[in-house]
Amino acid sequence: MLSRTADCLYWMARYTERAENTARMLDVNHQTSLLPQPAEFLEQSWKKLLTISKLEESFLMKYDVVTRENVLDFMIYETSNPSSIVSCLFAARENARVIRGKITSEAWETQNTTWLELQRILEARTQADPSRLLEWVKHRCHLFRGVMHGTMLKNEAFYFMNVGTLLERADNTARILETKYEGQAALKRLSANKKGKAVDGDVAEAIDGADGNFFDFYHWAALLRSVSAFEIYRQIYSDQVTPKQVAQLLIFNKQMPRSLVCCVNELIPLIAEMKNQQSKEIERLLGKLKASLDYSDIDEVFSQGLEEFIEEFLERINHIADEFSNAYLIPLAVA
Amino acid sequence: MKLPFDEMLDASGKARPHYQVFHNWLKQQSDTLMGLKRAEADLIFRRVGITFAVYGDDLGSERTIPFDQVPRIFTAKEWEQLEAGLRQRVKALNRFIYDVYHEEEIIKAGIIPAEQIYNNAQYRPEMRNVSVPRDIYAQIAGIDIVRAGEGEFYVLEDNLRVPSGVSYMVEDRKMMMRLFPDLFQKYRVAPVEHYPDFLLECLKSVKPDDVKKPNVVVLTPGMYNSAYFEHSYLAQQMGVELVEGKDLFVKNEQVFMRTTQGPERVDVIYRRVDDDFLDPLAFRSDSTLGVAGLLSAHRAGNVTLANAIGTGIADDKSIYPYVPDMIEFYLGEKPILNNVPTFQCRKPDDLAYTLANLDKLVVKLTHGAGGYGMLVGPASTKAEIEEFRGHLIANPDKYIAQPTLALSTCPTFVESGVAPRHIDLRPFVLSGKTIKMVPGGLTRVALKEGSLVVNSSQGGGTKDTWVLEE
Repeated sequence: MLSRTADCLYWMARYTERAENTARMLDVNHQTSLLPQPAEFLEQSWKKLLTISKLEESFLMKYDVVTRENVLDFMIYETSNPSSIVSCLFAARENARVIRGKITSEAWETQNTTWLELQRILEARTQADPSRLLEWVKHRCHLFRGVMHGTMLKNEAFYFMNVGTLLERADNTARILETKYEGQAALKRLSANKKGKAVDGDVAEAIDGADGNFFDFYHWAALLRSVSAFEIYRQIYSDQVTPKQVAQLLIFNKQMPRSLVCCVNELIPLIAEMKNQQSKEIERLLGKLKASLDYSDIDEVFSQGLEEFIEEFLERINHIADEFSNAYLIPLAVA
Repeated sequence: MKLPFDEMLDASGKARPHYQVFHNWLKQQSDTLMGLKRAEADLIFRRVGITFAVYGDDLGSERTIPFDQVPRIFTAKEWEQLEAGLRQRVKALNRFIYDVYHEEEIIKAGIIPAEQIYNNAQYRPEMRNVSVPRDIYAQIAGIDIVRAGEGEFYVLEDNLRVPSGVSYMVEDRKMMMRLFPDLFQKYRVAPVEHYPDFLLECLKSVKPDDVKKPNVVVLTPGMYNSAYFEHSYLAQQMGVELVEGKDLFVKNEQVFMRTTQGPERVDVIYRRVDDDFLDPLAFRSDSTLGVAGLLSAHRAGNVTLANAIGTGIADDKSIYPYVPDMIEFYLGEKPILNNVPTFQCRKPDDLAYTLANLDKLVVKLTHGAGGYGMLVGPASTKAEIEEFRGHLIANPDKYIAQPTLALSTCPTFVESGVAPRHIDLRPFVLSGKTIKMVPGGLTRVALKEGSLVVNSSQGGGTKDTWVLEE
């Protein structure tokens, strides 16, 4: 397969996954913002959403204040924001158009129809209900993946798309977890300061030890919902929602399709299937990452510090993505 | 004024025999239904992505080429005549291209003046004495044909560089079958969907000699080219790679493509990039669409380009007047298809005649294409004619003139209902081991009332083209 074709397949899948995850994050934030809470909390949670994707700076170039409306506008519609849903869906569709001959016509038409429907949504933008729009984005991304799995040959093209999806998903789940977790800790600090109490530096301890009050429940439930894991959590733990178990589910659960372990585990056989002269290093890095997840547990993560753990994971998974680009997508030197 | 020949209706307004069944069917269809079908067609074309990008517009702005639901129908007998004429013409054109790059017999015989060849910008001295497989230069030819009366066909121009439109021929058929399946029970229409099979067979048959299983690719300028859909479509239908210039490189006069498993040799390139942009080392050095060193690989015989470099010498409008002579010279046959009588403005007599009759003639740039840079005398204002006169006097060598043909019309759905509109036809002729054609071609229609310009860039549409089986 042409390296350029592989590149398009990979990015088409990544952008589709990113559009979906952005929709998930926005939806959850939108839902929780409707709960009664102090104004600073609200602003914090929208700010966090920007920092998660390192977009605070470009946001502030366009808007004066962080409000729900502004952030939704920026993250859904803004074409100068490469991570906005419109930008992601556009990029996914442009990549699909280039390699439309390499995916089934059903898969191409699904991408194209998404784009065409989006044009109509954009025309009626002022009346758009964010929740319904975000629901639609998730639905279209599910549909595309379903069509892809249901119609495509399980060949190299399919593998490139899957690798793109999994790398993006691992990255996004890690970021969602980090933001929400760290965000919640900051809120705790904020409210503790208000009450004139000092909170010591160990954030994990502070949260884990906190009483599961009303607001906490909604906060963590929202995080779970953003990765379609609320029912899964109930099914697995049959327990109240605690931050530690939420983190455990999203990092270590092998059956949970959006967990870090699950993404890494699915990547390994894919890479083995598509070996070339330069893929050894990727296999090595993935193997190491899998081993470090396999032989760790949530207590170890919490004693290391969740934030630090996630930072390290992001660094490693993105290093793997870079190596993957070098091995497959950026052309090999002439033999 | 005498009305132009109508494909469906005779002079008394009665349907011609082969249109009879369709005509009856059409009378039973309401305008509302036909309007709905048209909207459905546009929706499907958009969803399937049979569109082209509009340059310089906003994010992903695209257009469809209007599709008209009234088919253009040929009888088997009419097609037989056309096909024989097309095969003959393309055969002679290939012989001519070979000749001008080798023995130059046609020049020696005094049939075409030497300066008409050597001073022509389309003549590529790089191709002198270069052999190409089977001596075929234009593997894919699109010949534009118009009709002026019963059995009276004219070749308007030959397209031997990168003729496009064949995907619309196939997609229009699919669309007709989808919108009006019942019509195909009333008529036995010869199929055209196997064109990509013929194309692949043709491309494989012109592989370099030493290659056993040729690796064929389609070379496209990229997704912003207006024919990108077609490039992608043909590659997919043939099951070959669609490549851009940056996917290829040349080493030791051999062409390779960059794949996920390392470099892979390429043997036949169906290129949809113009000569000028093919190789920055040989032609335009600012081209980013080509492959450095491609010409050297082509000359060494290690890769076949379809069409070959330098075919433009045969489809240039200044060479067009000589095609009937070519047919007689190379094949010893009488031309089956007529040329439109042509005045070569480089000749003083022809120029004088043209200047005196600008209001009656069509004047074209010899190197022009796509309906640009031309004057349609009868349809122009006095001011337009005077402006054009200035261009013509300044550069007579650049122009030819032809009488305005009464192009045939075909009923077409327009806002006011069904009305006659002018049409032409572009059939595609494939030359490899043998010459092959699918029955039919792309019918283009000028949607503006009275307009003779059918190009999609000038607001033309397309129709399905039916060749009836006996």
